[in-house]
Order: sequence, then C-alpha cells, then structure tokens
Amino acid sequence: MEPLAIAEKIKNQFPAEVIEVVESRGQVGVIVAREQIGAMCRWLKDEPELRMDHLLALCGVDYVAKNGTYEVVYNLCSIPLRHMIRLRARVPADDCRIDSVTCLWRGADWLERECFDLLGIVFDGHPDLRRILLPEGWEGYPLRKTYPLRLPAEQEWQGYVQLKELSRELSRFDFYSDMLSNQAKAGANEAKK
Amino acid sequence: MMGTEFRNLAVPVRDGESELFTVQMGPQHPATHGVLKLNLWMDGETVVRCDPDAGYLHRGFEKIAENKTYAQFLPLTDRLDYISAMANNVGYCVAVEALLRIEVPLRAQYIRTMVAEMARITGHLLWLATHALDIGAMTVFLYCFRERGLLLDLFEELSGARLTTTYTRIGGVRQDVTARAMEKLARFVEEFPSRIAEYETLIDTNRIWLKRTKGIGCVSAEQAVQLGFTGPSLRASGVDYDVRKHRPYCAYDKVQFEVPIGVNGDVYDRYRCRMEELRQSALIIRQCLEQLPPGAIVADNAPDLVMPLARPRQPMAGSSLATGYIELVPNNDVYPEGDVYVSIEGSKGELGFYFVSDGGGRPYRMHIRSPSYIHIGGLATVCEGVLVADVIAIIGSLDVVLGECDR
Amino acid sequence: MALVVHMLILVGVVLLHVAYATYFERKVIGHMQVRMGPTRVGPLGLLQPIADGIKLFFKEDVIPGCADRTLFYAAPIICLVAAMANLAVLPFASGLVLAKINIGLLFVFAMSSLASYGVVLAGWASNSKFSFLGGLRSMSQVISYEIALGLSLVGVMMMAGSLDLSEIVAAQQQSRFGIYAIPQFLGFFVFVVAMLAETNRAPFDLPEAESELVAGYFTEYSGIRFSLFFMAEYIGMLVMASIATICFLGGWSGPFAVPHVPFFWFAAKIYGIMFFYFWLRATLPRYRYDQLMSLGWKVLIPLALLNIVVTGFVKTIF
Repeated sequence: MEPLAIAEKIKNQFPAEVIEVVESRGQVGVIVAREQIGAMCRWLKDEPELRMDHLLALCGVDYVAKNGTYEVVYNLCSIPLRHMIRLRARVPADDCRIDSVTCLWRGADWLERECFDLLGIVFDGHPDLRRILLPEGWEGYPLRKTYPLRLPAEQEWQGYVQLKELSRELSRFDFYSDMLSNQAKAGANEAKK
Repeated sequence: MMGTEFRNLAVPVRDGESELFTVQMGPQHPATHGVLKLNLWMDGETVVRCDPDAGYLHRGFEKIAENKTYAQFLPLTDRLDYISAMANNVGYCVAVEALLRIEVPLRAQYIRTMVAEMARITGHLLWLATHALDIGAMTVFLYCFRERGLLLDLFEELSGARLTTTYTRIGGVRQDVTARAMEKLARFVEEFPSRIAEYETLIDTNRIWLKRTKGIGCVSAEQAVQLGFTGPSLRASGVDYDVRKHRPYCAYDKVQFEVPIGVNGDVYDRYRCRMEELRQSALIIRQCLEQLPPGAIVADNAPDLVMPLARPRQPMAGSSLATGYIELVPNNDVYPEGDVYVSIEGSKGELGFYFVSDGGGRPYRMHIRSPSYIHIGGLATVCEGVLVADVIAIIGSLDVVLGECDR
Repeated sequence: MALVVHMLILVGVVLLHVAYATYFERKVIGHMQVRMGPTRVGPLGLLQPIADGIKLFFKEDVIPGCADRTLFYAAPIICLVAAMANLAVLPFASGLVLAKINIGLLFVFAMSSLASYGVVLAGWASNSKFSFLGGLRSMSQVISYEIALGLSLVGVMMMAGSLDLSEIVAAQQQSRFGIYAIPQFLGFFVFVVAMLAETNRAPFDLPEAESELVAGYFTEYSGIRFSLFFMAEYIGMLVMASIATICFLGGWSGPFAVPHVPFFWFAAKIYGIMFFYFWLRATLPRYRYDQLMSLGWKVLIPLALLNIVVTGFVKTIF
C-alpha cells in the first residue's frame, strides 16, 4: 500500500490522535499524540490490510528547542506486504512519559531502554527500564540537545573521576611505568653527579 | 566456601533464586565475541535466566554524529561492524544520499554492490570461523581466515586499508577499481565455491556438529519477528525478509540472486543459511563483474568533503574550546529539512540509519539501527533453559559484533 | 642406588618426551591447519618446548586472593604425582620395567582415578566459578569413563589371564593374531573412546572447554603450577597410549626386531596413537556435557559389557 494511503487510514481510524502527516524523501511520517500509541500500534499490527509486524527502529528525537517536545519515532514495516510507515509520537518535555510497546514487539525492549538511557523518556509498562549503554550511576541524558559536550574538571561525572583515580593508583603496578620511573631515577642520579 | 561467596556478588540475587549458581560470563571471556557480558543464573549446567549486559564499547556515535558534518562521520562507520566495514560505509552513504537527494552514477552503484557483498563474505567467514571454534572445531577457523585474507588484500588494494576502509563517499566511491583488482576478484569468485565445500566437508555432516547444533536455540518465525531479528537469523526461522529484495538499493535490483530460507530456526539452520548466502554473494559479485558499466564514480552534485556548516557547534559549558570551530557557510538552507530511514542488508542483519535534518550541514539527529543490538536483546529469550555450552553456540549463531551493538 | 638412577633416567626421558610431544602436537596440527607451527626458536623450532618450559618456570606465580592456599598448592602436585606413578609399572621392552608387579593394570587404574582428585581440588581451591564448574565436569567425566575404560580391558585380562602388563604382552605374542586389537575390536574401540575422555582430550575436552569455561579447572593457575598440570595431562596421554599399546597392540613386539633398540616398536606405536590424538583435536568439534555422559553410560558401558560376555563365551567354547 502507498505510504500516503496508510497515513490516510490511520487518520480515519484515529482522527483525534493524528496531528500532522509529513512527507519527506518519499517516506511518510505521521505525527501523533502520545496517548493512544499502544492502541494505534496494535491496530497497525493487526489490521489485515496493513500488518505492520516488523518494528524497524525505535528512537527518540529532541525537538525541545523547536516546539517543547520530544518525539519517539517508530519506523514500522510489513514483511508480507512490503510497505512501511513512520509514527512520530510527541512527548511533552515537562512530562517525559509514553506507553511502552514491548507487549507488541519484544524486540522493543532494548530499544526503549536505550531511548530512556540516552534521552530520558520514560516508557510506562516497560518490564525492566534501566540504563543500558551508559553506566548505572550516570547523570543526565546525553542525547538531549542541552547536554554539554564537555564539562570543567570539577563538574565531571563522579564515576569517571573515580575511575581515573583508580587507574592512576593501579598504574604503580604497570610494568612500563615501573621501568619509566626507574629510568627517571637513573636520569636524576646522573644529573646529580 | 561457595556458600559465603554468594553474598559478595555484584548482581543482586533475587528471592527464590538463592539456590542458583550465578556466573558473570564476560566482558573478558574467550567466547563472547568482544565485550559482551552475560549474567547467567544457572541450576547446575542449565541456564535458568540470562541477562545480557551491553554498553562496554559504547562510544556515543549518535552524539558524535550530531556534532560532525555528514562527511566527517563517514570514517566512524567503519567502527560499527568492524568485521565488514565496507557494508557500513555503503549503508551510511546510501542513507545520506537519500537525505540529501543525490543520484549516484551506475558504475559506483555496481562497485558498491560488489564491495558490500565482499564485506558480507568477510563477515560470514569470520562468523563461521569463530562459531566453529566456539563449538570446538578449530581447523575451520584457519581455513576461513585463509580466504578472508584474500578479500582483505583486495580491500587494501581498493581503499588502502584492510579493516577500516572508508571506501565509499557521499555520492559515489573514493576511487575507481583497478583492472588488476577485478581480475583477482574474478579469480577469487571462481574458486570460492570449492572452498565453501571444503568447510562443509569438515563440519556439515559431522555427527558431533549436528548434535551440538540441531534443535538448539530454536526461534519460531513469529518469535523471530517479534524479537526484531533480521538477516540470516530471521531467515533461518523461515521468514522471507531481505532488504536487498524488499527495498532494493545500489544495483541489487539488476542482479539475480536467491535468498536462502531455513525451516526450524535452530543453530544449524542459521549456519546453513549463512553458508548458502556465501554462495549467493559469490554469484552476485560475479554478475557485477560481468555487468560493470563504464562511467563516472562520483555524482556531480556530491558534496565536497569539507561540508558547509549551517549552525554553530553546541556550546561547551565552561570550556574555552567553544570558540574553536570554523564556520564555513553560515546559511540555513544548505540542505532541505526532513527525515529519512534507510536500511541495507548488512552481514549481521538489517543495518538502518534514521536521519533528521534541520537544514544544516550536520545531522540534527542520527539513529543507527544495529542488528547486533537487537539480537543481543533477544538473547535472553532464546537462552532460557538451555545448557551453558548451548549459550555459546547460540551467541555464535546469532553472529553479533559488539562494536555495532554498543555504537 | 641402581633403582634411583633408573628412576631418574625414566623421569628425564619421559619429561623430554612430554616436551617434544607438545612440539609434535603443534607441528602436526599446524600442518593440518595450513600453517607452519613453531619455526622460530632453534632449527625448525626444535627448541620451542625448552623455551616454553623456561618461560613458564620463571613466570610470576599468581594466587587468587580468596583461594584455599593449601589445596591450591597441592592440586597440581597430586595430578603430576598420580600421572608419574604410572610410569613405574609400564614395560617399555622385554624386562625394561621399573617395578614389575602382578597387578600392574589395576595400579594404572588406581592412579589415573587419583589424578581426578587433583583436578577437582584445583577447581575447588581456586574459588572461581569457571574453575569450579570445570572441576565438577572433570570429576563426573572421569568417574563415568573410568567404568567403561576398566570394563573394556576385562576382555584383555580374560584372554591373557593376567593383570601383569609384561605378561599381557607375552600372552599376546603367542595369540593367533599377535595383537589383541583384532579379536578384541569391540574392547579396543571402547578403550580408545574412553581413553580420550579420561585424558580430557578433544572431542571430550569439556573440563577445559575454553569457549565455555575459559580454561576450566586451571583457569586461575599460572607459571610453574600451570605447567605442572600441563605436564600431568601429557604424561597422562603417554600413559594411556602405552596402555593401549601394551594391551591391544602387542607392546614392544613388531614385524621384525630392530637391533639395539628394543623399545623401537613400543615408541613407534605410542607416537602413532599420539598422532591420532592430535588428528582428532584438529578435526572434531566438542561434545556437550550431557551428550558426553549419555555416550558414556548408554553406549560405551553396554558395549564393554557385551564384549566381556562374548569373550567369555568364546573362551569357554574354544
């Protein structure tokens, strides 16, 4: 089915939810509200004309500077019918929550965790929502546009500071550092002479 | 002694599982293919629960991409699936070209198809080598590396590098192929099917191999789609989904090839699917060599490597480096706004790139759909209730690369 | 005094053989895998085992913090002593045996069972989970295959009418085929499979399966203690190859006598079997733990029992 026709069908089925239909490079994205995302995905998956059984990708995008929302982007495709569509669910920045779709696609589990990890969007109903790519105690969400690329040393993440201290401490046992310090000592002795 | 040891575990033991034996397999372990870590809860040798842990190789590619031009990010794609870097280069460039609306000349399309299939062969050979080694068949490993070496030599001749190739460019390829390289490739393709037969004589009908792989780690078709599996791991379950056929890119619609499909979705079927794919890849390369048209290798409207920047870099809090950038063209209409999702069939599965452009010279957001990440996510489901030796076989058969998984 | 000298000579010769068995293995497998094997140290890499030995001897001996030190120290020694003790009863040629005892075969069994204590203790004392699993696997594997191994040799004992290894060889020379491997083909088959499992070699190398258990029971060992385990494994292989030679392949007897080298055929047969070991290692994948157990209990032990019954019948009738 043509992507625009799919968008039209979604619009007919969920008239209150669809905010906008955007076409870009031959692909169609449907911008929707977050409230009915679970029902919408289930319908897309079960509707015999659409059968969107394959979740290609799920990711979040930060549009806070533009319109005060994050977007969770679902790229869906149908393996038997060979068509695809993109859902872009808007999540307001002050209430970063959306329903999880893990009950529909178990593969969404890690994708949602990643989205939570990097953008801080909470997925309600997710069985095991915790950090995945970043260490457990990480502060902040790096893919947000407000996240600084570099911090002054005193504001650095504590875990990293501790790691650096530890590695400095353990470098005593390093074979080469031993050798280097010996060389340095020998050099100093020679300088004395 | 073991009893007291349980209390010091890094992973909390849940109620009712205190009798289970926990093992943290990885991130330094000979069979977890890189830095994959599995937390296993075992009852004797049976795995009751498996919790994979990713992120040890996380380099923040998606964040880096937002702060580099499209061309600058290209070398980093080598570091995704570093075993078949060519395929990543192709995938990235195809996606960027779709976003920037660049038409690639036909010759470049064919060259890309060729190198992508070469990358698939190198990827599959490394998979076969390590998978067989995991199951204990040591000799296959060295046989595979012999052929892989030939292909890496060819990569070296094409791009100057064996692993981190960065061969494609946005709008084409870096340089034209030489007649000598093509001759070598033709000879390789001619001989390769007999080499595949050689690997198969070692393991294909070996009783121990069959015992170790048949009926192990079964994934039904429905389950595989649910888990988001792609590539040979999905096709082994009997689902006919191949990006090369579904959404053809490069010159895949101009060559003839078949997509091998499995039945049972067990470790053996995944093995068979990949072996057949090796043959099909050789076939595709041969057709490309025959059909390779003359002409340009880079599109006329391809962007220069030094791409125009539209907006200043993100401010770095408290850093003097904030002024360290060079603004080339302060123009907001360099490239049209919009978003696009383009995927290719990598050797591990569907490698997709989702781009959002705000009109600037850098992506506003780039998401990489890496097959390994999703496959490892599904590992917990597949590994439930199998023996610890089967976990190794299953990891091997799903063919994961951690560079791609963690990005 | 003479005994001590003999002992020292024996130990020296065997250790040299162990060293060059590793060289042999690396060369054989290397050529099977389209590569060269060691070539750098000495001509044709012949000094490689010496260099490896020196390296292992001088390496730092790391002991895990929470290890049970006494057992950790003792385990490799138990393994090595149990393996070495076997050497005393093996007849390398007619009359060339350190201790001719009339229960030689039983002694070998007893010692090879004892070696599994070393393995399981090493697994336990390391206080590492991979070692622990490796030790447990080894224990159950050795116990299961010990039975098949013992039963497969009962046929030989019945035919030779003795447990003395020298007399088994002598009885074989007088038998119709000259070797017991032909009439006892079933026993020989069971013995060869059980022998591989007993010495933890491919395709039964589960206790040290590197893809699952890193290195199994000796994961935490390093330096000289690691090399003790290594030596014990290779001596174990030599001992098992010797038993196969003595009990099934006619010992030191051969098609013609080689002057001045009475043990020529014995050594040739042992190296034939060692080659077989390496050949399997380069060819076969590894069994899974439960498959190994079912093979042992459901196939090998019934076959060995059948062999005993058939041998008994044949012996009574003729």
